[in-house]
Amino acid sequence: MLCDACHKNEATVHLTQIVDNQMKTVDLCEPCSKAKGVDDPAGFSLAGILLGLSGATAPEPAAAQAELQCSHCGFTLADLKKSGRLGCSRCYTVFSEPLHSLLKSMHKGVRHTGKVPHQTPQSTNLKDQIQKLQTELDEAVRAEQYEHAAALRDQIKQLRQQLNPASHA
Amino acid sequence: MPESIPLQAFLSSPADASRRTGPHDRIVLTSRVRLARNLKSFAFPGWAKKAERLQVLDLIRQAVASLPPLQDGFAESMDVLSPLDKQILVERHLISREHAARNAGSGWLLSRDEVLSVMINEEDHLRMQVLLPGLQIRQAWETINQFDSSLEKLLDYAFSPEIGYLTACPTNVGTGIRVSAMLHLPGLVLAEHINQIIQAVNKLSFAVRGFYGEGTEALGNIFQVSNQMTLGEAEIEIVERLIKVLAQVIESEENARALLLEKQPAVVCNQIGRAYGILAHAHIIASKETMNQLSLLRLGLDLGMFPGLDRSLVDELFLVTQPGHLQQRCSEKLPADERDQRRADLLRERLSAVSRPVMPPRRSSSGPSLDKSASV
Ligand SMILES: [Zn+2]
Ligand SMILES: [Zn+2]
Repeated sequence: MLCDACHKNEATVHLTQIVDNQMKTVDLCEPCSKAKGVDDPAGFSLAGILLGLSGATAPEPAAAQAELQCSHCGFTLADLKKSGRLGCSRCYTVFSEPLHSLLKSMHKGVRHTGKVPHQTPQSTNLKDQIQKLQTELDEAVRAEQYEHAAALRDQIKQLRQQLNPASHA
Repeated sequence: MPESIPLQAFLSSPADASRRTGPHDRIVLTSRVRLARNLKSFAFPGWAKKAERLQVLDLIRQAVASLPPLQDGFAESMDVLSPLDKQILVERHLISREHAARNAGSGWLLSRDEVLSVMINEEDHLRMQVLLPGLQIRQAWETINQFDSSLEKLLDYAFSPEIGYLTACPTNVGTGIRVSAMLHLPGLVLAEHINQIIQAVNKLSFAVRGFYGEGTEALGNIFQVSNQMTLGEAEIEIVERLIKVLAQVIESEENARALLLEKQPAVVCNQIGRAYGILAHAHIIASKETMNQLSLLRLGLDLGMFPGLDRSLVDELFLVTQPGHLQQRCSEKLPADERDQRRADLLRERLSAVSRPVMPPRRSSSGPSLDKSASV
């Protein structure tokens, strides 16, 4: 079996992953596995390898996506394709579309079901915002401004879904 | 925190490090749980400018060092550690090879008991691990989870309610957890069942890798099993699933050993006897051969063939015969061929008091195994 990266050497490192009953494998020779950091089992990145291999399972970028860039850190979609890594945490929002299929192919699910930090400023912000809108809504109803109230209700609904993504499934 | 203690004064000796014991440590050498975390509003280390990395290093180092497990620990910037220090830490499994290549802008901390360590600005801003001897996955998870919960009060983690902890590489996003165990599986290798086991474990979405070598030709018959998926499954589910898988691998290894002894005692004793002969008498021996022969010596010990030998000595030899440790011992940089001689000298010396192997006690009524193999 030849190495998937250089197509020259005999592959001795075999990485396997089962997703939706489909087996995905990457076979690498020793030098290529080292070059890709696979020789460190605690740190290797199947994503980097999958993305780096002539787009075997990498997301197909639409023309518009190719111009995508994170305004916070300047990382581009091309950087993502090249490195298999992201530039900063906000990149996850910027590249959410191309990332979605990648996450789906490499993980058990696309929703986090594990530990949540107790103090997540993001969710406190959302809660504060919802609280504020709720007060505004109550006032609008009292003042019989029904059109404004309806808009506020939609906004609150949207924020609630952000806070609790599982609830709109 | 103690300032500028040299690493070698802080780190336990190879002998002391090898005396740590844990459940099922005949087969499970170590258990490890690692968490990846990042700070909000800073670029990931691979993309950040140097000034930003230094800022992150400072922030995290202060927070980490203020917590009890690290208060009397070791902390250093990666550019201060020497190449030999770093190699020794890699051989002790305390830093990744990737981190060993880092310099200014990256850092590393270790608790006094050497259980908890933190890499700052490796691939992620923060990678913390708990490493315990034997099968202690659940304990490792509880310890690192508790530490993480203390740390999250001091640091503003990058976290999304939808996809969890945000990491530089999408393979780690979600829980950011890597749960792994290092296994010594000479029985499955000798019985040629190892590939079936690897495939079965792969099917359960765990990765199996030769720890020191590549693929199935693991040096020293040492394999590492770890989770590959981090999103869509809670930490405790991954932990419990791996524990179940490990229980099956341990049972298979025990069965393979028992079966080998029953069906092919001469083959097994031949291998172990030769390993003893080479290790105790060679004058030139390379690192790879040493690992493989020490693995057989350890198997012989587990099978009762070396009554006077302590397992911690074998584990110490695994450690001190590796290039970094050997070099530290000789306190000079040595070319490879010189190292192979020093390694052999060391092995002969340390094994001089170990008596030659005795035939293991037969478990069942003697079978026709010898005749059978002779007629093949
Ligand atoms: Zn290759
Ligand atoms: Zn970004």
